[in-house]
Amino acid sequence: MTLLFTQSFTGVSIGAVLLLIALGLSLTFGQMGVINMAHGEFIMAGAYTVYVVQKGISGAGTSLFVALPVAFLVAGAMGVLLEWLLIRRLYARPLDTLLVTWGVSLVLQQLARDIFGAPNVQTAAPSWLTGAVPLPGDLALPASRLFILILALAAIGALAATMRLTPLGRRIRAVVQNRDLAKVSGIPTATVDRLTFFIGSGLAGVAGVALTLVGPIGPAMGTNLIIDAFLVVVAGGIGRLRGAVITAFALGLLQAVFEYATTVSTAKVLVLAGVVLYLQWRPQGLFTLRTRSLA
Amino acid sequence: MNISPRLRAPAGFAVAAALLFLAAPLVLSDFRLGLLAKYLCWAIVALGIGLAWGRGGMLTLGQGLFFGLGGYAMAMHLKLADAGDGKLPDFMTLYGSGTELPWWWEPFRSPVFALAMVLVVPMAVAAVIGLAVFRRRVRGAYFAILSQALCAAFAIWLVGQQTSTGGTNGLTDIQGFFGYDLGDPKNQRMVYFIIAAVLLALMIGVRQLYVSRYGELLVAVRDSEERVRFLGYDPALVKLGAYVLAAGMAGIAGALFVPAVGIMSPALIGVVPSIEFLIGAAIGGRASLPGVVLGAVAVAWARSSLSEQFPSGWTYVQGLIFIVAVAFLPGGLASLKKYVVRRPASVETPAQPARKPAAEEVPA
Amino acid sequence: MKRLRTHRVLASVAALAAVVSLPACGAEVGTERSGASAVKPVVSADAVKVGLLNSLSGTMAISEVTVRNSLRLAIDEINADGGVLGRKIVPVSEDGASDWPTFAEKAGKLVRKDRVAATFGCWTSASRKAVKPVFEKYRSPLFYPVQYEGMEQSPYIFYAGATTNQQIIPALDYLKKEGVKSLYLVGSDYVFPRTANKEIRAYAKANGIEIAGEDYAPLGSTEFATITNKVKASGADAVFNTLNGDSNVSFFKEYKSAELNPKELPVVSVSIAEEEVKGIGAQYLKGQLTSWNYYQTTPSAKNKSFVAAYKKRYGADKPTSDPMEAAYTSVYLWKAMVEKAGSFDVEKVRKAADGVTYDAPEGKVTVDGETQHIEKTARIGRIRGDGLIEEVWNSGGPIKPDPFLKSYDWASGLS
Repeated sequence: MTLLFTQSFTGVSIGAVLLLIALGLSLTFGQMGVINMAHGEFIMAGAYTVYVVQKGISGAGTSLFVALPVAFLVAGAMGVLLEWLLIRRLYARPLDTLLVTWGVSLVLQQLARDIFGAPNVQTAAPSWLTGAVPLPGDLALPASRLFILILALAAIGALAATMRLTPLGRRIRAVVQNRDLAKVSGIPTATVDRLTFFIGSGLAGVAGVALTLVGPIGPAMGTNLIIDAFLVVVAGGIGRLRGAVITAFALGLLQAVFEYATTVSTAKVLVLAGVVLYLQWRPQGLFTLRTRSLA
Repeated sequence: MNISPRLRAPAGFAVAAALLFLAAPLVLSDFRLGLLAKYLCWAIVALGIGLAWGRGGMLTLGQGLFFGLGGYAMAMHLKLADAGDGKLPDFMTLYGSGTELPWWWEPFRSPVFALAMVLVVPMAVAAVIGLAVFRRRVRGAYFAILSQALCAAFAIWLVGQQTSTGGTNGLTDIQGFFGYDLGDPKNQRMVYFIIAAVLLALMIGVRQLYVSRYGELLVAVRDSEERVRFLGYDPALVKLGAYVLAAGMAGIAGALFVPAVGIMSPALIGVVPSIEFLIGAAIGGRASLPGVVLGAVAVAWARSSLSEQFPSGWTYVQGLIFIVAVAFLPGGLASLKKYVVRRPASVETPAQPARKPAAEEVPA
Repeated sequence: MKRLRTHRVLASVAALAAVVSLPACGAEVGTERSGASAVKPVVSADAVKVGLLNSLSGTMAISEVTVRNSLRLAIDEINADGGVLGRKIVPVSEDGASDWPTFAEKAGKLVRKDRVAATFGCWTSASRKAVKPVFEKYRSPLFYPVQYEGMEQSPYIFYAGATTNQQIIPALDYLKKEGVKSLYLVGSDYVFPRTANKEIRAYAKANGIEIAGEDYAPLGSTEFATITNKVKASGADAVFNTLNGDSNVSFFKEYKSAELNPKELPVVSVSIAEEEVKGIGAQYLKGQLTSWNYYQTTPSAKNKSFVAAYKKRYGADKPTSDPMEAAYTSVYLWKAMVEKAGSFDVEKVRKAADGVTYDAPEGKVTVDGETQHIEKTARIGRIRGDGLIEEVWNSGGPIKPDPFLKSYDWASGLS
């Protein structure tokens, strides 16, 4: 019973990690159609931000909360730079964007290696995030996982609110639904693109901060995440936040069940194969966005 | 440039043949020739990528899968041949149960079966994937990401089955090649000549394909799939053909890689090597036949020689040439020749589709 | 017209290919590896080349760069001291790029093009397996600095790290002594952990220890919540950890999150040294156990000077670890072998190897000529809050290497 409970929570928390790393992509890939292979390196930048911030601020708890907005800005700025330098020239060639950003990810990884060294670096976690949170009965939940879950939900809430309630969100949606009509209506589409990219990349930075609590912080950390993140977005349905949320948690739970029943390797293979098969059945993903534009 | 256009291709092939069969063996040491043999294997993969990606517009990010299938088929046979009749390959006695050969290894004792599988397995897998994917009109980014996911899954699976696949080590220490001792430099040369001959033959075959009706249809599908559909063709079948052929070429390359290097391992199959297969094609010019081949060889050569001097510098160079070549020179180096020789705009520069909202890449 | 021409070219090319490749066919299998392919090292009057083959890029660079550093340190020390047989050592540096076929390619380059007298390097078993045929074919020695899974003995490899009976079995002896009755095995999915766990199972069966579970994660995997849950629910007394690289970071962070602690459920790791502790954080590792042959804190005069020299050259915050020490020692062992043989000739050096000793930072080590492994002292350590590891137990003296575990009855079914 205890095991069933902790294992279910494990599934949810794997889902929360997936959601955090995929959330930014669901904006840049989902809304804009840009395949950014350097997304993983933006996550890495977020993680290294924690490391750098902790050099200046010693308190682990304070530094974590300082690092959150800083990482958002750092990764966001990197995203804007990337968009301005390269991606805006490639909107007509989505596949080439994939290759170009892969080149960027190589360069960023090597930069990290040269700046911070090839070995992983360590960051301190506040003591209240390293233990477990006791629950009634004999149950307990890992505090770091709970924190990531809350962070993921907060991020999705903030993103959904931005998209629904703010003028910027309305503009992004307008551009996604019909770029030409948006343009004639006076929406500065290039600026909207850049802002979308800023938010999407910034969310990767936030994910990086969260990952320092559970995983390694090193130059290669991004490469391990990128395929999973893309699969969540693709299976969730391009352009739908709701799809990404449901898919992330579903994949997390599946992973946890398979890991428990078989081995970690087999679970990974099964989940990957499962997503591929699922896309055969529903190539448009869980939710489809219907737009009125032609062509 | 006073060669008539009709003679240009045959002259090119003659030069290539002279370089591969006469110049290289005379000029290069045994060691460098062995490296060139390896580079030519990448070139064979790139040839297939040129067909599927350059001409067909399918971003084949998962060629490692087919390279691995072909390579493992060959390596399994050579490993069994090394072990001798009725015996197990060395790694199985070390890490496996040590007594039984897995049933799916047994048929690979036959050289004919193994050679057939080098082609059949990758092409059959590609046919199944392709049929499923292209019929559902999955294309663009989806196709690329699906290929990568499959590649990753295959590599993880191989690593997990250590007792029957050698795990991360892969199949190493391959000593014989159909009865010939690979330790002998003469036989290494023979392997080189076989690889060079296969590459040349495939180049000629692919060139024939490019100038055929099918080649034109493939380019038409790349540039406007809908219009081809309205003309009464089935674009899915057209794409499937190129995809399966590319997979077959990757399989052949994997199989030839095994005697050339003596190793087949999951490290050659995963996501990263699969993307690296594309670099040469992207730089040389994805739609140009000499472009992909020369690009692949040049990049492999640069990697070997640059990484000797600047190990970390190579990563920057690799990343930067990739960025520059793809972003600013989509036709690759081959497209530069139009500044040198005036030629009419041809199929070699991919047409750019107008920007569409991402949501429509896969019609519901 | 065009088509016709191309066909003609195709035919002539095929004919050419056939003509050229036919006479190229050489010896057939069965003539065994002939001495004809042996490459003699080139030694000039005042210099001798050695190869350094480590990953300087890719995922393994994390560990292998530190090994490269200590190799260079040893070479420079020897050169400052007059070199080997009056010749300066000239290192030829190659990057294996964490890719096994690249390792094989670069090994070939070092042996055939540079014609080095010896090569130092490799880390993963996969890279060693990839280069092994190259060194055997061209009869050139490789000095391998890392503990490994045993069950191997190549005439052209000197194994400067521990084999299983110098690292894993002593760790099991220690756990048994501490009263551990039930063990959980966690490892990365590759050769070393799988082979090690096979041996651990055999040992456990013979010694009345129960194996409560066995789990593997793919290399580079960073999701360990499920495995931690399983460990927690298993009721084991200790965890034997053969995870490699990044996975350790996630595993120990998760371990702490699940409120598992070294007092109740200690983890014994065999791939975590001082350098890795830095990457994970002592916060998560304090009190956990490791098994190696050397720690930065190992008390010997030679170690004091080694640590001081390393920190002086590479930075005061850089720790020293077992594989680094083994790499450093391997250069000195090669020097001692060459001097004993009075020649750089590979066969003479191999013959001279047996019984060569060196007062290494880890204590006195001796080369065992029969297995080409090194006699080493096993040391169990506990990770401290400052990130260093302090010894809590040692084997009392060097253990004779036994890569095939022939002297252990319980291991008879293994190889």
